[in-house]
Amino acid sequence: MNVAVKPADTGSDRANAPEVMLDIRNVSLSFGGVHAIKDVSFNIHKGEIRAIIGPNGAGKTSMLNVINGFYHPQVGEITFKGETRTQMRPYVAATQGIARTFQNVALFRGMSTLDNIMSGRTLKMHKNFFWQMLRFGPAMQEEVEHRERVEEIIDFLEIQHIRRTPVGRLPYGLQKRVELARALAMEPELLLLDEPMAGMNLEEKEDMSRFILDVNDQFGTTIALIEHDMGVVMDLSTRVVVLDHGEKIADGTPAEVSSNQDVIDAYLGVAH
Amino acid sequence: MFYREVGQFKTNYTADSQVFPILQDKVGIIAMLVIAYVIIPMAGNDFFITTVMIPFLVFTLATIGLNILVGYTGQLSLGTGAFMGVGAYSCYKLTTFFPDVNIIILVLLSGFFAAGVGIIFGLPSLRIKGFYLAVTTLAAQFFLEWAFIRIPWLYNYNDSGAIEVPQREGFGVILTGAAAQPVTRYLVVLSIVLVMTWIASNIIRGRIGRSWMMIRDMDIAAELMGVRPLYAKLSAFAVSSFYCGVAGAMFVFFWLGAAEVESFDINHSFLFLFMAIIGGLGSLIGCYMGAAFIWILPIIIRALPEALGLDVNAATVEHINFMMIGGMIIFFLIVEPHGLARLWQIAKEKLRTWPFPYS
Amino acid sequence: MDILYNILIDPFVQMGSAPDFFLQVLWSGFVAGTLYSLIALGFVLIFKASGVFNFAQGIMVVFAALTLVGLYQAGVPAWLALILTIGAMFALAWLVERIVLRNLVNQEEIILFMATIGLNYFLIGFGEYVFGGEPKPMIAAELGLPTGSTTFEPFGGIVIIEHLDVAAVVMAIILVTALAIFFNKTRIGRALRAVADDHQAALSVGISLNQIWVIVWFAAGIVALATGIMWGAKSDVSFALQIVALKALPVLIIGGFTSIPGAIIGGLVIGFGEKLFEIYWGGLLGSGVEGWFAYVIALIFLLFRPQGLFGEKIIERI
Repeated sequence: MNVAVKPADTGSDRANAPEVMLDIRNVSLSFGGVHAIKDVSFNIHKGEIRAIIGPNGAGKTSMLNVINGFYHPQVGEITFKGETRTQMRPYVAATQGIARTFQNVALFRGMSTLDNIMSGRTLKMHKNFFWQMLRFGPAMQEEVEHRERVEEIIDFLEIQHIRRTPVGRLPYGLQKRVELARALAMEPELLLLDEPMAGMNLEEKEDMSRFILDVNDQFGTTIALIEHDMGVVMDLSTRVVVLDHGEKIADGTPAEVSSNQDVIDAYLGVAH
Repeated sequence: MFYREVGQFKTNYTADSQVFPILQDKVGIIAMLVIAYVIIPMAGNDFFITTVMIPFLVFTLATIGLNILVGYTGQLSLGTGAFMGVGAYSCYKLTTFFPDVNIIILVLLSGFFAAGVGIIFGLPSLRIKGFYLAVTTLAAQFFLEWAFIRIPWLYNYNDSGAIEVPQREGFGVILTGAAAQPVTRYLVVLSIVLVMTWIASNIIRGRIGRSWMMIRDMDIAAELMGVRPLYAKLSAFAVSSFYCGVAGAMFVFFWLGAAEVESFDINHSFLFLFMAIIGGLGSLIGCYMGAAFIWILPIIIRALPEALGLDVNAATVEHINFMMIGGMIIFFLIVEPHGLARLWQIAKEKLRTWPFPYS
Repeated sequence: MDILYNILIDPFVQMGSAPDFFLQVLWSGFVAGTLYSLIALGFVLIFKASGVFNFAQGIMVVFAALTLVGLYQAGVPAWLALILTIGAMFALAWLVERIVLRNLVNQEEIILFMATIGLNYFLIGFGEYVFGGEPKPMIAAELGLPTGSTTFEPFGGIVIIEHLDVAAVVMAIILVTALAIFFNKTRIGRALRAVADDHQAALSVGISLNQIWVIVWFAAGIVALATGIMWGAKSDVSFALQIVALKALPVLIIGGFTSIPGAIIGGLVIGFGEKLFEIYWGGLLGSGVEGWFAYVIALIFLLFRPQGLFGEKIIERI
């Protein structure tokens, strides 16, 4: 696994003209008196792996929730692919090509692995109610087309053997993988991963890292990820943004960030 | 030993996504259809057909309607009875206006009126979840019950306040009213129920059904994946109410012959909820099982004292009936909260490996 | 224009022109509201402590009243019948815990809800089997409840206040106060709140779920008995009461499922609203609106405040 090399060289050839995919400007979010995010700005370049790190309660998950429209920030602007918005419903984010996985696995527990991944194709299926009723002709054809696409993803993530299993019965590591498969089925342009490796053992982490790099490499998907494992973050990411108590304290390449004094203080604590 | 899928390979995705992928299941279904279409009409007497089979099928359809909402979309409804009432009353008005139109067409059309009312009362589901939603469906239940009494236009200003089914024909055969043969009515009901079950299973396995289940299992994640809650929930309410409405129209036109508002009261709403729960939420075959269980068990209990030569008065039997149903519901919930359908599924899985479960 | 006049102006003209009648309507709304509050209180108690939405609360009211009257009719003195009925409610609570709740621990809410509907059916069958289904008069006088009435003459009209209604209100106040003290000041009350918050966490610090459930269902049984006595004294004890008991649901919607003050205020809102609407506006729709008015109020209320009157705004997390 030559993880350390790849981000470095992709970083260098994009350094000339990085195309900004998502731009977040001066976003603030509060719940009542609690300020989850305070005036944070950063951007995500097309094709990069952008890590968002920070201690617990730093506002990382809230940041993802803002990006895909689940929370509405009180202040600030978000520009995605050149379109600026302040408020929108989550399904609009999905139609624009933003997919995500969740910190606490949010699979559809009553459905099988296959159905869960097929559900990622919802936005791509258009045959109307009449054909759905008959499940015949165009509807069946569409169903089969998307099934083929889903089977490719199943092969890619090596989960063929659990195709028919209800997801509730799967072990945690596999559930995380199915969740990634479901997000990939949406063929997103921007993929948000919320702690994809939390609670995994070393082997599972290595598998997951490989999948993330492959997704970025083969499909060209831009990825924003939250992760606590610094080794993983330093190896995978092109650039890192660090949040603490809802504020941005550092932004840059892994090397820059890891030598930043504020970041070290935030993680290790400072003597007062 | 005989129930094996060994050697039955699927070579394309269409074959892989069939309802009954295993050959033995297909044989079983064909056998059931033969019994339903040939043996019962030939061998069954009028009592069996009118008291057991017709209501069983009508209730199955209502349960499928309710199950679409509760079992597949996760929206609890206590207003099934009232939605059936909407179907029944609109069918009655339709046949008053268009006496010459085939009654089967009118029965199906009346489902659309129920669907419309269902959408109106489904609107709160966009903001409200769980038990709170159950209360809004209670509002539908009691408001509609009131409307069925207070709007005499609905029952053509009859003195009795009841709707009485007139004699109507379809395909040149008398289908409703006192002169209609039980077997004819049975075959009409059977066909409608089977076709609508098939359609329901198609919808559920496709994109729309998946979006319902996504809302049921995790509505937030569903929305983040592009499901619009408005469309998903309201379409579930519409389809569910359509099924209930058609069931309600058949309930009156092919079984009761005349109905008052009591036929659509809250106790009926509960009855269908029981059928859905006992049969298994989120299972179509469970709807048949639940309806059979809840409808046929009391008939047996009622017939039992006479068969045993005991002299028990009717009221007592009725009370025991209530206790039995209540007790059974609790018993089933404890033994298998996912209903008869799950028991059936477990039995089938056991059968596949029998007699060598570890080989 | 006539319609607008009838809806917007005429009812208030009527209220102003016959203030004594208006007061009488208000009072009857207040009494009905108190009784709704009491039924809702039973729901809240059980929901708070076990997360079970107890559909059988209505039938528990009927069952308690029936047991009391049935025992009296069988020749048991009134005071002994009361004690025996309390015993019966305890037995019911214990059996429910033993047979139903214990076996369904950790199941989804809807499963538990269904189980209480099953319990509802069972109790209907059992109650009718043992005591018969016909309506029975409540033994109000024998229990020492006042039965007379006092007539006031404000604004030159008359307002009649039944002593029984006053007793109902007083009893409701006493019950609520006692429960509030029990919940906030005792060790068991604290355990109750802990269980309400998180079953597993409560178990891990050594609180016995089973014991708490018996206590809570017993308390709900006592509330049911009190409600049954009061309601039965106003109209006979019969199974028709269970439809009335369903009105506790809109009350809960307005008050929130876990708030005792909410249950009381919700009950009063529904009680007043229903009576006023029925008397002054009901005629426009052809009467009988009492059957659904409460639900529609709840529905409208939900659209604006889905979390109830006293509920906190829910921040969804993912």
